[in-house]
Amino acid sequence: MITLDVNGQQLAADAADDTPLLWVLRDYLKLTGTKFGCGMAQCGACTVHIDGTPTRSCILPVSAVAGKKITTIEHVATGAVGKAVQDAWIAGNVPQCGYCQSGQIMSATALLEQNKAPSDAQIDAAMSGNICRCGTYPRIREAIHRAAAALS
Amino acid sequence: MKHLIQNTAADSSVVNAATLSGLSRRDLLKGAGLTLAVIGTGSLAGCSAGSGENPTALAPNQFLRIDTDSRVTLISPNTEVGQGAYTGLATLLAEELDADWNQIVVEGAPADVKLFGNPAFGGAMQGTGGSTTIAAFWQPIRKAGATARAMLVKAAAEKWNVPASEVSISKGVVSHAGSGRSTTFGELAGAAARLDVPKDAPLKDAASFTLIGQDAQRVDARAKSSGAAQFTQDVQLPEMLVAVAVLPPRFGATVKRFDAAAAKAMPNVVNVVQFKSSMREGVAVLATDTWSAKKARDALKVEWDESKAFKDSSAKVFADYQELATKPGLSARKEGDVDPLLAEGARFEATYQFPFLAHATMEPMNAVVQINADGCEIWNGEQFHTGDQAVIAGMLGMKPEQVKIHMLFAGGSFGRRGNAWSDYLADATAIAKADGSGRPVKLVWMREDDMRAGFYRPAYLHSLAATVDAEGRITGWRQRIVGQSIAAGTPLDSGAPVDVTSVEGAANMPYEIPNLSVELHTTKLGVPILWWRSVGSTHTAYAVEAFLDDIARGTNQDPVELRRSLLAKHPRHLAVLNLAAEKAGWDTPPPEGRARGVALHESFNTVVAEIVEVSRRGDSFKVERVVCAVDCGIAVNPNIVAMQMESGIIYGLSAVATGQITLKDGGEVQQSNFHDHQVLRINQVPKIEVHIVPSTNAPTGVGEPGTPPIGPAVANAIARLGGTAVRNLPFSASGVNLA
Repeated sequence: MITLDVNGQQLAADAADDTPLLWVLRDYLKLTGTKFGCGMAQCGACTVHIDGTPTRSCILPVSAVAGKKITTIEHVATGAVGKAVQDAWIAGNVPQCGYCQSGQIMSATALLEQNKAPSDAQIDAAMSGNICRCGTYPRIREAIHRAAAALS
Repeated sequence: MKHLIQNTAADSSVVNAATLSGLSRRDLLKGAGLTLAVIGTGSLAGCSAGSGENPTALAPNQFLRIDTDSRVTLISPNTEVGQGAYTGLATLLAEELDADWNQIVVEGAPADVKLFGNPAFGGAMQGTGGSTTIAAFWQPIRKAGATARAMLVKAAAEKWNVPASEVSISKGVVSHAGSGRSTTFGELAGAAARLDVPKDAPLKDAASFTLIGQDAQRVDARAKSSGAAQFTQDVQLPEMLVAVAVLPPRFGATVKRFDAAAAKAMPNVVNVVQFKSSMREGVAVLATDTWSAKKARDALKVEWDESKAFKDSSAKVFADYQELATKPGLSARKEGDVDPLLAEGARFEATYQFPFLAHATMEPMNAVVQINADGCEIWNGEQFHTGDQAVIAGMLGMKPEQVKIHMLFAGGSFGRRGNAWSDYLADATAIAKADGSGRPVKLVWMREDDMRAGFYRPAYLHSLAATVDAEGRITGWRQRIVGQSIAAGTPLDSGAPVDVTSVEGAANMPYEIPNLSVELHTTKLGVPILWWRSVGSTHTAYAVEAFLDDIARGTNQDPVELRRSLLAKHPRHLAVLNLAAEKAGWDTPPPEGRARGVALHESFNTVVAEIVEVSRRGDSFKVERVVCAVDCGIAVNPNIVAMQMESGIIYGLSAVATGQITLKDGGEVQQSNFHDHQVLRINQVPKIEVHIVPSTNAPTGVGEPGTPPIGPAVANAIARLGGTAVRNLPFSASGVNLA
């Protein structure tokens, strides 16, 4: 039994130590907003924050995150930056199929936590680990600028 | 299914493709009808205006329900895969109902062909495809809204004892100006539900539209920005098992024997079963969670019988195709006689190779199935509702109506989920049946399973030859296309020798060429194939538009001017091309170090022109800017049209840049995941501008038509920058890299 600090709550899961955090969140804690896309940290759909750092949860053994603060898409908008990003995503009609967008929002929020006014190049650098097959990339860029403006 | 709409256009160039191949839309639908006409429960047919679930709700037809809290629910016949179907259909409904946008919610319809059959498929199947949603439901959904509106007006008039003509509705508020009274949909719903359903409720004139033609807030934006949207992958049910399977290493391999001892001994594993479905055999582990199932799956030892498996490499496939292309094929279009001209020598010749392509949706295929004595329940981001229902019912010896489908959001499709064999659903059903416990089973494909399970855009080879006169006019054009038939073996297989989906975009090219021959060699390979965003146009647009630019370069003609000279009889194409040229500044030189490239293509009755600017960065090329012009009839939501053009462009650019599935010697698929199957990332995406041609014509498709022109437009620009004229796709296979 592992106890995790997820979204400000202490939650217990009876998962094997090598289970990736992604599957503990999804299958044990029923937090299904974090998505499975590739299983090898190539697509970013599984991005969560570990102590504020954007992290691919699909290759991260749950045993490695005991005692660390885990934030998922379900909770990220309780923070000012996460809320601004989510609002910008909605106002800009960013999602199409939507499957990758949890990961995109987690990466974008982490970027804006570090950099209040990122350039297009900085956005590209921070977001290039997140694949979107619907091609929402131009609107992701716009939404990040919009969120940055709202926070300034 | 995607090509059906191809034959419904008023534009003569489209009618050509159908008649020349001897294949009409009706023929296709007959094929579909034979298999699918038996399906349908009619559970809501003949309904009174009241909703069965809630007698005080107004539900005058299958498409909507108005509850006493004034919430308007659109029951969407088509699926939302990202293309904006839910928002577009909601716009049509809200427009005629004069509803407030915020009172609209959307639900996916159950499988019921009588109520929800797609008019673009002749009503013979409930399904989403061929960029048909808005075009097909343009009338029915507006009619549904207008009908409900008339009933609300009548109910208000009776309540207030005033003439119905004096009752108005605006943004969901029903009012009578003379008396100053007003009320809501919810307060009228019960009374309206007791009225007879009118058959002749009038539709609005375009001039009075307030929502159609306006940008819309997507109805799914909030759920998809908060982690709340439910995809099949997210389904959690009591007692549910997760299945992860070993799939065949080569197409057509069958299970000889397997050793499950190690897998069965692993924690949380409940069962190991062998299965055989419509398309493949395999062995699946069922566990109480995904990771346990995956680990145990990896511990399975399966021995395969590969005696009947497909073992050719991609290189072998193309060598065979090259050989076939030296011989005449079946005629898909013939104008004049090109052979005598070519006998004297072709001025231009080119061969184009198009690889197998994976759809690579973000959500790997998956499905949840629960079988019990009374029936079967399916949870899926369903695209071919009644087709899948029939396949699963057949597997279980049930009636179609015993198979209940729960609609979920689909994490992308691009054609992948519209599968006549219901492949992954059939796998999940076979596994649940083999398990036999009655517990719900969620089949989860790992990315590698998804990438290697087949149902690719087929590989094609095009061999082209052209003759040109002294003035640079194209006098002869022969195009031989070699590849598998997508329609073959599906309910859409009409038996016609030329599959329209193999030649669409070439056989109906709009360019006026006096001696023109488009020919087809249809091949048979053991590689499962499927429509892929824009179907035949994925390769025909590239071959036609790149070859046309070869000719323009070789004869020192401006590529836009050359196209204009060939489009005298196609004013719609010409207008789109001219709009793109104007917005791109075609008549002024490109910025220093950049070259422009153009391509024009019609698919799904929509015409799109794209003009790109490309720069050279060392050994790589960078697509800097894309200007897209589109004529899709009335743009119901211009912002969603723009999104779909952007989406189609990026999807198409990804494919031509690095997209390919290749078969090794022995037939194994080379690619496995996003490290060896690269897709476009945000840093590679150009600025995209979309310009919509104003139109009063009924809407045409937008989900796919953005895709075909981007590849050739970029290839044409690269060639003008002194790069290779890429003929072997993707660019990366020809040594051309996009930064």
